[in-house]
Amino acid sequence: MTELSAVARRAVEAATGAGAGDAEAYVSREGGREVRVHGGEVESLAAATQSGVGIRAWDGHRVGYAYGTDLSDAGVAAIAAKAAEAAAVADEDEFAAPPQPAEIEAVPGLGDPSIAEWETARVADLALTVERTALGSDPRLVAVETAVYADSDEQVAIASSTGVAGSYEASSAYAYLSALAEGEGGARETGLGFGLARGPRGLDPEAIGAEGARRALAMIGAGKPASRSCPVVLDETVAASFAGLIGGGLSAKAVQRGRSPFAGRLEEEVASGTFVLHDDGRDPLGPASAPFDAEGVPRRRTALIEGGRLRSYLFDTYTANREGVSSTGSASRQGYRSLPSVSTSNLMVAPGELSLDGLLARAGDGVYVTDVAGLHSGVNPVTGVFSVGASGRIIRDGALAEPVREFTIAGELAAMLGAVSAAGAEPRWVPFGGSVSTPPLLIAEMAISGS
Amino acid sequence: MSGLIDQAVAERVLARALANGGLFAEVFAERRQGQTLAIDERRIESVQAGAEEGAGVRVVDGNTTYFAHVDGLDPAELERAAEEAAGALRAARTEPRPLQAREATPLPIERRPENVPAERKAELLRELDERARGKGGEIAQVNASYAEARREIAVANSDGLFTGDDRTRVRIGVQTVAKRDGTVETGAETLGAHRGFELLEDDPGQIAEQAAAKALTLLDAVPAPSGSMPVVVGGGFGGVLFHEMTGHGLEADHIQKGASVYVGKLGESVAEPLLNAYDDGRLPGEWGSDAIDDEGQPTQKTQVIEDGRLTSYLYDRLTGERDGAASTGNGRRESFRHLPIPRMTNTYIAPGDATPEAIIAGVSRGFYAVSFGGGQVDPATGDFVFGVSEGYLIENGKVTSPCRGATLIGNCLEALAAIDAVGNDFFMKTGICGKGGQKVPVGTGQGHVRVRAMTVGGTER
Repeated sequence: MTELSAVARRAVEAATGAGAGDAEAYVSREGGREVRVHGGEVESLAAATQSGVGIRAWDGHRVGYAYGTDLSDAGVAAIAAKAAEAAAVADEDEFAAPPQPAEIEAVPGLGDPSIAEWETARVADLALTVERTALGSDPRLVAVETAVYADSDEQVAIASSTGVAGSYEASSAYAYLSALAEGEGGARETGLGFGLARGPRGLDPEAIGAEGARRALAMIGAGKPASRSCPVVLDETVAASFAGLIGGGLSAKAVQRGRSPFAGRLEEEVASGTFVLHDDGRDPLGPASAPFDAEGVPRRRTALIEGGRLRSYLFDTYTANREGVSSTGSASRQGYRSLPSVSTSNLMVAPGELSLDGLLARAGDGVYVTDVAGLHSGVNPVTGVFSVGASGRIIRDGALAEPVREFTIAGELAAMLGAVSAAGAEPRWVPFGGSVSTPPLLIAEMAISGS
Repeated sequence: MSGLIDQAVAERVLARALANGGLFAEVFAERRQGQTLAIDERRIESVQAGAEEGAGVRVVDGNTTYFAHVDGLDPAELERAAEEAAGALRAARTEPRPLQAREATPLPIERRPENVPAERKAELLRELDERARGKGGEIAQVNASYAEARREIAVANSDGLFTGDDRTRVRIGVQTVAKRDGTVETGAETLGAHRGFELLEDDPGQIAEQAAAKALTLLDAVPAPSGSMPVVVGGGFGGVLFHEMTGHGLEADHIQKGASVYVGKLGESVAEPLLNAYDDGRLPGEWGSDAIDDEGQPTQKTQVIEDGRLTSYLYDRLTGERDGAASTGNGRRESFRHLPIPRMTNTYIAPGDATPEAIIAGVSRGFYAVSFGGGQVDPATGDFVFGVSEGYLIENGKVTSPCRGATLIGNCLEALAAIDAVGNDFFMKTGICGKGGQKVPVGTGQGHVRVRAMTVGGTER
């Protein structure tokens, strides 16, 4: 850790030495492994370490960026020089300025010793148990396309010429499978099961395998629903995907650049009172939690939508400067390769009071959506208009009935938020839409297009 | 081999990889460097440069693959990766064959983008911005990006193969937002190739105007219809339909795991006899082309559908071995940090005889999908979905109102069999394809294609 911090400091010095007025270095080192199993055997076993540095250089109000994997003195100096060079190509932007240091408080519980303690054979067993549980659940569960266990342990250090300095270590582990069920006539259905934790001991392989099997089996014999408008219950995975889209629209960058359906709507009514949304970068259970964001600003909890009104956007230092407010600690990066940009940390949709059965009963007649496809192409993030592929179950007389697939759900994000009429009582962490904790949600009305 | 890795070092690494047994070992070394910049709100920003080096070593024993990767190409690090990959094996040493260098000829690059001053790239972005805004005052926002990437690779394996490739790709993209009163619409266009800066010498500003025109057209759009109807799919990126509907299902890993609707269909008729389709990693300059795949196998042209019959799956080395077939040069990986898996290169429906006008004229009421934001398929069930970024109604054989918010949805086998016309206006477009957490550049192409019936999921009430 001290070694990474030293690299970061060295990189900052190299950049200012190369002519940058200010500089910031983000250094990460990640060790990880992944086990894929198939048919009771280990299919692949991967072990890896990777490290790199990303350097942001300011030349007045021009910013440049460079990254690389060579952490030797000469390597870092070359990257620093490229960052300073890149800054000269950018145009002046009066709001581009390095973040100032702030008190950083540690977030407890980001690591899990079981990652180091569990040997590869033991985590391979975990993945094999996931597969075996699914295969043993029902004769119609004919295969598991793939079952995976993966973990990683990441160390991050940041330093800047303005005095930002910090480091942390966080671990994560997950397992998932794609189970295949076969109905009469040989048509196959897939079912996803997954679990997330800080380390392997936090995963329940039987529960993961059983979920994949349950989802695949539930889809056997699915037909197309009739086109109509009706109440829709989104399960946690689907609700998370939509929450992620909304989180994207609440980025101050999208808002300031006129590319968000939420632009200009601060303090306006944007949702029903039932839909309450926070971004929390410090929740001890949140996969994206950290003491500070991708530019060293402390992570925090931010109310986004409360009482039906839009309470705040998400800001990094640049967008906050532009608005004359403080950063919400919402700068993120895809590792050292990318410039920091505004994004959600852990999105938290507040739970309500109803069980899933309660939500279905409240829906009466409608559709329970358990999977959506085509989010990257079927949603316009600027306008919020969406039409995406879906599958799930019919809700009849307040209970789950036959499975349905090959239909679309369509609408507009803001209208959908206004139609959220109930939230389930049990939230779940889902790795879709970023990192999201959400219960299932009842939408009073949505357009279904099927047969 | 691009000077990435010394033959003697490669031999030592392979020997170390097989020290605990295994039937096959491979070292894949890579140097990647790139530059990207963008323009937004008329300002050049996000100027960045990157350089990464590293290697991945795999050992295959029976049905199990052991893989490790390291940053850097230092011989000691490569041996460490080999040791790590071999760590879980407990058998007797096997011996790699001596390496035989085999030169591959990289695709020609006329003007190396890294030798073009960054200021020239910034100027290009300013031109894109101007050209898009020049389409009218209703264009409210323009952002554009430029990206160049060079990947030098070397592959050595225990069968004695030692080869390499040097790949350079350039791509630009433009996104526009148009506004009129309360209506907001967007339009996007891209241009990319496995070529150098010469790609951008022939009026790249056209794509900015096209992106702006798309957004402006949509200002007059009506909500897309819903329901099953004939669909005409436009040329170029319309080929993403075939990519999702058929291409993924032909990747041999899906086939061998029973997770494809094309299992057992080889040699069978799956489409009308008018349909011929290929995966071709050798198309000169195309986005999805390379001299060799990421296992060192020369890329090739593979006919996957001949007169409506399914003629081939797409193999990498491992899946080929399992089927007793040769690799079709489709073993690709995102980087040295990933294992190769069967992937498409440039996939396309070969041109037919019909003119686009005649194809559209044959539809009394239907939907015309000119371009897509992308698509997704579950190869196991065959369910697919495509988001339409530019679409129109067809009424009485004529293209009429533009539509917003349309998605096409269906099942692979049904939709493939329902293609009843293929146009003669063939061209290719670029895409980025994601599979198993790995993104690779792919080309898609076709002329206009008509599908007898497909479900359009729109927002019309």
